[in-house]
Amino acid sequence: MKERKEASQLQSTELLAMYRDMVRIREFEEACPALYSQRKMGGFLHLYSGQEAVGVGVARAIHQEDYMIGAYREHGLILAKGTPPGPVMAELFGKATGVSRGKGGSMHMFDPEVRFMGGYGIVGGHLPLAVGMGFAIQYQEKDEVVVCLFGDGATNQGVFHEAMNMAALYRVPVVFVCENNMYGIGTAVGRASAVEQLYKKSCAYETPGVKVDGMDVLKVYEAVRQAATRARAGEGPTYIEALTYRFRGHSISDPGTYRSEQEKKLWKERDPIPNFGRWLVSEGKVKDTDLKTIDAEEKELIAEAIRFAEESPDPGPEDLWTDVYVAS
Amino acid sequence: MPLITCRDAINQALQEEMERDPNVFILGEDVALYEGSFKVTKGLLAKFGEKRVIDTPIAEAGFTGLGCGAAMVGLRPIVELMTVNFGIVALDQIMNNVAVIRYMFGGRVKVPLTIRSPGGAGNQLGAQHSHSIEAMLMHCPGLRVVVPSVPADAKGLLKSAIRSDDPVFFVEHEGLYGVKGEVPEGDYTIPLGVADVKRPGKDVTLICLSKMVYVCLEAAEKLAEEGINAEVLDLRGLNPLDLPAILDSVTKTGRAVTVEECWLTGGWGGEIAALIMEHAFAALAAPVLRVASADVPMPYNKALEDAAIPDVARVMARVREVMRY
Repeated sequence: MKERKEASQLQSTELLAMYRDMVRIREFEEACPALYSQRKMGGFLHLYSGQEAVGVGVARAIHQEDYMIGAYREHGLILAKGTPPGPVMAELFGKATGVSRGKGGSMHMFDPEVRFMGGYGIVGGHLPLAVGMGFAIQYQEKDEVVVCLFGDGATNQGVFHEAMNMAALYRVPVVFVCENNMYGIGTAVGRASAVEQLYKKSCAYETPGVKVDGMDVLKVYEAVRQAATRARAGEGPTYIEALTYRFRGHSISDPGTYRSEQEKKLWKERDPIPNFGRWLVSEGKVKDTDLKTIDAEEKELIAEAIRFAEESPDPGPEDLWTDVYVAS
Repeated sequence: MPLITCRDAINQALQEEMERDPNVFILGEDVALYEGSFKVTKGLLAKFGEKRVIDTPIAEAGFTGLGCGAAMVGLRPIVELMTVNFGIVALDQIMNNVAVIRYMFGGRVKVPLTIRSPGGAGNQLGAQHSHSIEAMLMHCPGLRVVVPSVPADAKGLLKSAIRSDDPVFFVEHEGLYGVKGEVPEGDYTIPLGVADVKRPGKDVTLICLSKMVYVCLEAAEKLAEEGINAEVLDLRGLNPLDLPAILDSVTKTGRAVTVEECWLTGGWGGEIAALIMEHAFAALAAPVLRVASADVPMPYNKALEDAAIPDVARVMARVREVMRY
């Protein structure tokens, strides 16, 4: 059975795994600002707090051999896909044990072992790559899908439209997931896009556009599951808009003054993690103590990841010149 | 050896590599049904079918990125950009994805992508259809840049480019497709990064590639009548750059002139001149001089266009200058 089961059929263990993944990402992300101010990490730092339900909903709706690819707010995505936090944290520390050997950093996480095909820093620039991966799956007659995540800002880029057109034209098994967190840095969607309902943007390519609550992991899961089924059946791409919110600024250096306190408060109340936890308990799926145990375990796991990153070696000076080309 | 055109030599290389490796496929604008804007992909659709010869929308960034993504997961795509001018539209994909992905991800992935594209000026096509972008491409670490002149090189180098695990930008010249030359039959490859002495000489080295090889050969013949024996060194590419071959030749002749179709300012000739100075200053009897396109957007008027592109007379003038030292 290639397809995942319907969201309503998920068992407690599977639901708890989703909860655990979201907690892991939150713990990971919330550990970063302090480490950044201690200069353990440099460069940009775009945190995923608030958007966990999207990444986890996506990753749980597909399989290990399916591909995920994202933009630069991707720590949560690679963790959701299954890379342990240690090598992800080590990448932020710029260490040789990092997922990209210390050469990528926050925006360029990559792990072929879990088929996380990278974080990319040019808005929209990775969408054609996703189409190419889908094309390769089809070419090699494999049973895999690609889920390509990007922000609301990407939908205004030219390559978004080129990718949507080619994906539909060649009917490649790609699921596009727009994480609409309502702002491209400080510019609200309505100030940048003539079409505010972003899910409508796929209609020009006769690709189904689906809007989903990105603060609800099961809603995201179910939408991606259905889209993946469609893709595997050779029916082509689907475009999902997941409405979500980042609890922090665009990057670590963004005070976020363009968003009202009232707006932030309203979205905080919709925090995907405690809400999902409360729902699990109220439905009798798990006990409150189960959640507390997970919270504690994940906190410890992140502490361990930080220790791993701290203790890992930097790349050597000779590594400056390795991997520019494939050694012949 | 059969005498065939550059166009047919490239076509042979494509066919042979597609026969050799089922993961090789071609995509680009008008490459399938129309058989290529310059007819380079003639017969390929009929032979290999729609799965492996694919017409794309006019979306250069999009399909170049598609090729890159497909290469990252195991295929060997050949992207045809109808001309290098349109390749500029895809430059984000080339510089931000194709060239850097392997390094940026710690060597955990490779991008065995070949991008073929013709460039160059000379047909009164104006400022937007006459670019030479080799120098710009040479500026990007991670990207191999291969630029053949004669049909045999075009075939042997393209076959190596397709087999390379690094991304290769293979620059053809619109003005060379019809030029004929002897081409070995069958599985014939030339390693990337090996320059070729197209004419041996002892007085001065003309360092060139692509169409300028022909200009230099003609200039060398005429210079011989003046008693100047010029060596013509065809770089055949800029990355890998065959620095040892450049230094060998210059050490022998003591003089060098670079001849290129890129603009003078920021052209590759300046880079080569600097390398010669750094590595073989003692061998130089004269400064390295450069011949390149005039630093102007390409004009339409024929006389103005001719004045902008390096020709035999200008190469000869520069050589006479360098011989005066």
